[in-house]
Amino acid sequence: MHELKYDEAVCEKCESVDCLVKCRYMGLDLKSAKEERLRLIRGESSRALKDCITCYACEEYCPHGNHPFYLLVDRQEQSGIWPVPIPLTKQQIKMMAPKGRITREKVHPPVLNMCYFPMLKGCIQGKLFDGVSTIVGSDIFCNIMWLHFAKNSTIRERLPQMIDNIWQYYLKDSGTDELICYHDECYGTYTQLAPAFDIDVPFKSIHLFEFLTKRLEELKDQVRPLGMKVAYQRPCSNRLVPDTQRWVDEIFKRIGVHRVDREYDRENALCCGGVLRLQQRDDLADDLVNRNLNDMLAAGANVCVFNCPACFFTMGQAAAERGLMPILMSDLCRAALGEKLTGVF
Amino acid sequence: MEEIYKELAAIVGERYVSNQPEEKFIYSRDPGTMEPSDPDFVVMPNSTEEVQQILLLANRKSLPVVPMGGGLVLSGLTRPLKGGIVVDMKRMNRIIEVNEKSRYAIVEAGTSQGMLQAYLKKHHPNLKHSVPDAPPIATVGGNVLIHGSGHLSHAAGFHSEMLNGMEVVLPTGEIARLGSCSTSPYWFSRAPLPDLVGLFLGWAGTTGIATKLAIKLFPNRALNDVAVFVVEDAELAPDIIHRITGVGLAEDVTAWMTPKPDWAEGFVHININYSADSKDELAWKKNLLRAPLKKYMDEKIGGFMMLPAPMKKPFLEAPASQLTRFADTRKGGGFEYVGAIMPVALFPRAHQVGLEIAERCGTTYSTGARILGAGHCMMFFYAYPFNRADASDVKRAQVALEETNRAALEMGGIPWKAEAPAQKEIIKRMDENTFDLMNRIRGILDPNRIMNPGNWEAD
Repeated sequence: MHELKYDEAVCEKCESVDCLVKCRYMGLDLKSAKEERLRLIRGESSRALKDCITCYACEEYCPHGNHPFYLLVDRQEQSGIWPVPIPLTKQQIKMMAPKGRITREKVHPPVLNMCYFPMLKGCIQGKLFDGVSTIVGSDIFCNIMWLHFAKNSTIRERLPQMIDNIWQYYLKDSGTDELICYHDECYGTYTQLAPAFDIDVPFKSIHLFEFLTKRLEELKDQVRPLGMKVAYQRPCSNRLVPDTQRWVDEIFKRIGVHRVDREYDRENALCCGGVLRLQQRDDLADDLVNRNLNDMLAAGANVCVFNCPACFFTMGQAAAERGLMPILMSDLCRAALGEKLTGVF
Repeated sequence: MEEIYKELAAIVGERYVSNQPEEKFIYSRDPGTMEPSDPDFVVMPNSTEEVQQILLLANRKSLPVVPMGGGLVLSGLTRPLKGGIVVDMKRMNRIIEVNEKSRYAIVEAGTSQGMLQAYLKKHHPNLKHSVPDAPPIATVGGNVLIHGSGHLSHAAGFHSEMLNGMEVVLPTGEIARLGSCSTSPYWFSRAPLPDLVGLFLGWAGTTGIATKLAIKLFPNRALNDVAVFVVEDAELAPDIIHRITGVGLAEDVTAWMTPKPDWAEGFVHININYSADSKDELAWKKNLLRAPLKKYMDEKIGGFMMLPAPMKKPFLEAPASQLTRFADTRKGGGFEYVGAIMPVALFPRAHQVGLEIAERCGTTYSTGARILGAGHCMMFFYAYPFNRADASDVKRAQVALEETNRAALEMGGIPWKAEAPAQKEIIKRMDENTFDLMNRIRGILDPNRIMNPGNWEAD
């Protein structure tokens, strides 16, 4: 059930093995990458299974769209490899379980999916979100986070129900089949991961950035260019949907901020370090936070823009302490509309 | 009785004595499960001399006297089991001195934890005292005298171990100073003199009334952090605690096991609180505290929770407000727990016993521990919230508490601030000569046996 759409033959023939060679953390040359690839295909023990920091990047690097990362996570689970200690994994699975508290509700379009981030509902205000309905809760949680835990089985088990909940409880009777996803994880789940696992999605997902771009166009007379130098912290889940990066540039252009040209951006982005803390690899997490912040500062940024709440939680305080204002993309747009930000958390 | 009332009023003033039913009702009980027992009078003295006069009067009239701080002991120790006078110390709440350089504070016995905490924050921000996880109205003195513990107990042990000395009114009315203050103007230590302070610690108010106490203060560092280590297997807890306490850098090490929230069920959480003056120092301490647990992380059988700043906040509070919320989970204002002092090695068994008793008694389990000193022992707690308005719920909690006290004794622990019935259970197991010595001491200090009768008495 929900077999991964992965083609061994395509993988075997691949000459570049970009999925492993381009990995920023394992340091494999082409020869050793080819060896590890073979082991992964055969379901044998591989260094890649243990060293992977689960940053999703190989999904973007694969020139064939063959889902190497999902295969690797499947193999981790089959091999009994726990990237995150077992008690923490089990605890998270309990914590993020659907609570069954969803009630049928007629929402009006546009419908904004806040996933399981109720604490971010405070961001959804002002002109930018005028008329927007929000949905949030454990029963519509996208569940993609289990990729970090070698738990594709949990995704396979829970995701279809979440999709059905969104459709049955909210969208079906509300005259819309469009769902705006606040978080890259949700957009990546419904547009890239679900098809990869052969899971049907009966609605159309819109990335938050596309929505923001449209709203900024409608409100363009009210936009006051911010004139800031910003660094963007690209989240891991955006690796699933790299095309959406164009919206980041578009939004920055519309609100008059300059995206600094830094080393760890776009395809070359570095993980925020959050997942590594769960994996108990704090040394590497600290290193990544420092490298990211040093890079931002060296490029002249004075603002650090996030779209992922987890990245925000992980790096926000450290960024602020280093003199970089941490801010979510939606809040940055609201600031450009002259709205006073009261703080989310 | 009218004559006694008038004499008490003459000592403390008309406003601060009562024999009215409403006061008697309030002072007959605490939030625990013990049956109420009415006092005849309640008085609120304002000075050591007034306490002295009350005790002299009580001796003349052979009236029981029960000293009381915040009234939050939960195990009914301030219920006047034989009637008499409850001496509520809350008016004696002055902070007499803070010695910044020697890091101690002299407070009157009715000074609340909240008052001292606020005072230090305002006037001595570089100092703090060890705060117990009790409501801020709990008194500093009361907690010291019952061998309480708190947020600096890994660093410095029981609160009674943080006591430099005290002023006490003996049952026969003499005022005595114990510790360095008996000989010196400074209240810096109990050593090197013969240590008489122990005559008033853990005695449940049966040997006299403390009126002033000097307690140790500690550096209040600018940065505070917490790490929460999680395992499934309670058998691992003693070794984990041993490793953490071996580092010697934490201020407080506590464990908690609870089925609520749902995600916590089935796991042992060990909180490690530490502080530092700089970010570098904090990072250094963090790394040193994590290092001995690498084995568990590598084996994937334990790990530190990822705690974003908003999630850390409740774990950094002193006192922890989450506990107050838990105490009211059944609603109706009832809460009591068994806190048993025992070796850390008994952790797994203690936890298992808690699960079994909760299941048998139909209550929600909630157990945990505060580590005292460098793992020298722990206060292992079994908490039982109950609805005071529901008699069957009260009974259920009562049965669970009794069972827990017995089980703690059976496994080699000793119930802390034990209820009067639990004291009798302790006495049954106590060395006979020890109990005899206790009685001889009481006989000398309190020849008329007026102090909190019904406590530390055999059947």
